[in-house]
Amino acid sequence: MLTKRIIPCLDIKDGRTVKGVNFLELRDAGDPVALGEMYAQQGADELVFLDISATNEKRKTFVKLVREIAAHVNIPFTVGGGISSIEDVAPLLEAGADKVSINSAAVSNPQLIDDLAKAFGSQFVVLAIDARKVNNQWTVHTHGGSRPTDKKLFTWAKEGQSRGAGEILFTSMDHDGTKSGFAVDPLEKLNQLLQIPVIASGGAGNMNHFLEAFVIGKADAALAATLFHFGEIKIPDLKAYLSNHHLPIRKTI
Amino acid sequence: MKIAVIKYNAGNIRSVAFALERLQVDYTITDRPEEIQQADKVIFPGVGEASTTMRYLKDHRLDELICSLKQPVLGICLGMQLMCKHSEENDTPCLGIFDETVRLFVPKHHEKVPHMGWNSLTTINDWLPSELKDQFVYFVHSFYVPLSAHTSAQTDYIQAFSSAMRKDNFYAVQFHPEKSGPVGEKVIQAFLQQS
Repeated sequence: MLTKRIIPCLDIKDGRTVKGVNFLELRDAGDPVALGEMYAQQGADELVFLDISATNEKRKTFVKLVREIAAHVNIPFTVGGGISSIEDVAPLLEAGADKVSINSAAVSNPQLIDDLAKAFGSQFVVLAIDARKVNNQWTVHTHGGSRPTDKKLFTWAKEGQSRGAGEILFTSMDHDGTKSGFAVDPLEKLNQLLQIPVIASGGAGNMNHFLEAFVIGKADAALAATLFHFGEIKIPDLKAYLSNHHLPIRKTI
Repeated sequence: MKIAVIKYNAGNIRSVAFALERLQVDYTITDRPEEIQQADKVIFPGVGEASTTMRYLKDHRLDELICSLKQPVLGICLGMQLMCKHSEENDTPCLGIFDETVRLFVPKHHEKVPHMGWNSLTTINDWLPSELKDQFVYFVHSFYVPLSAHTSAQTDYIQAFSSAMRKDNFYAVQFHPEKSGPVGEKVIQAFLQQS
């Protein structure tokens, strides 16, 4: 049976993980490769690495890092952050990334989705959508959620699918950081609407929130960052919990 | 032992190479016929679209070469599908090593296509170690190979399909062993032990 995926997300700046990551198991928790390997061993089903470096010079560092991650991590991983052209993507693919996530650049240039899907295949393209409710409508925001757009979540997700996106990574900005649970209603609606997998993001605070995202929100995967990084929830415990609640969950050997 | 990874326009060559490095296996990535012919084992990776890839193989005369190989050959993902007779993906004639037609997943109850993520090997036989039964491996594909006499592992998604196959010296897996954690490593090792 196809299992629900648990995905830790790591923010990378200048080749180092950011957000107070603190692990007793690791000598250097700022090392994205070591952290990624540890999550893989703990049973994470995929990883996401987001480059939040500001300059192009630092982005070259990121490509080197992607190569290191690919050499050491034996599960699939997505990379994203600042991707705006096929030229940005080709070196990441060559370095061993399994998927790329695109966000703001796809909003300003939707054709980018078509171009990437055509060049590398739909399975390679994750469309990340940040949205929050404005006047009772789920409204797409860009640039780390700072800029509202005239796009609406559901029509944009549907357009992304028809342009060739292989997955939708939906972050509810209303829920992100609140630890009050994922946005299960829009998730459920997205999953009804789309034929491609949907990753839930934003709002995870406890293990039951993941259960809700999968059972009520019908999400195919759920992503969290600080919750895992601070060890508030351990991946093996979370997977055991979900499995005990009869969700299809991958067991590791 | 010399492993040749066939170099062509496939997306996952780097990942396959890294997986071999993690297993400390010597390999070369090559499209030179003599180098491929002389290798002890050949890996035929694949991520991409069937008709474009078949055209590339034909243009580089790799199609005849692959079919003529006598040592163990492992097709991965699209590599496995291209080893079949025909693919519904853009109605593409393929290599014909396996006598099967590659079919598009048609959802029955709103299942997502592509089949993406970790799914289990519900039956195991032939070249795959029995300890891999019910273990999880990573899939990304919209087309599948139906069950046949050459099926060596089965997986259920929408319906049961071949997640691994073998015919003579030709081995194939629909999933990505290079991305399937320790289970995937066991699959690669099982292949490397074939002679």
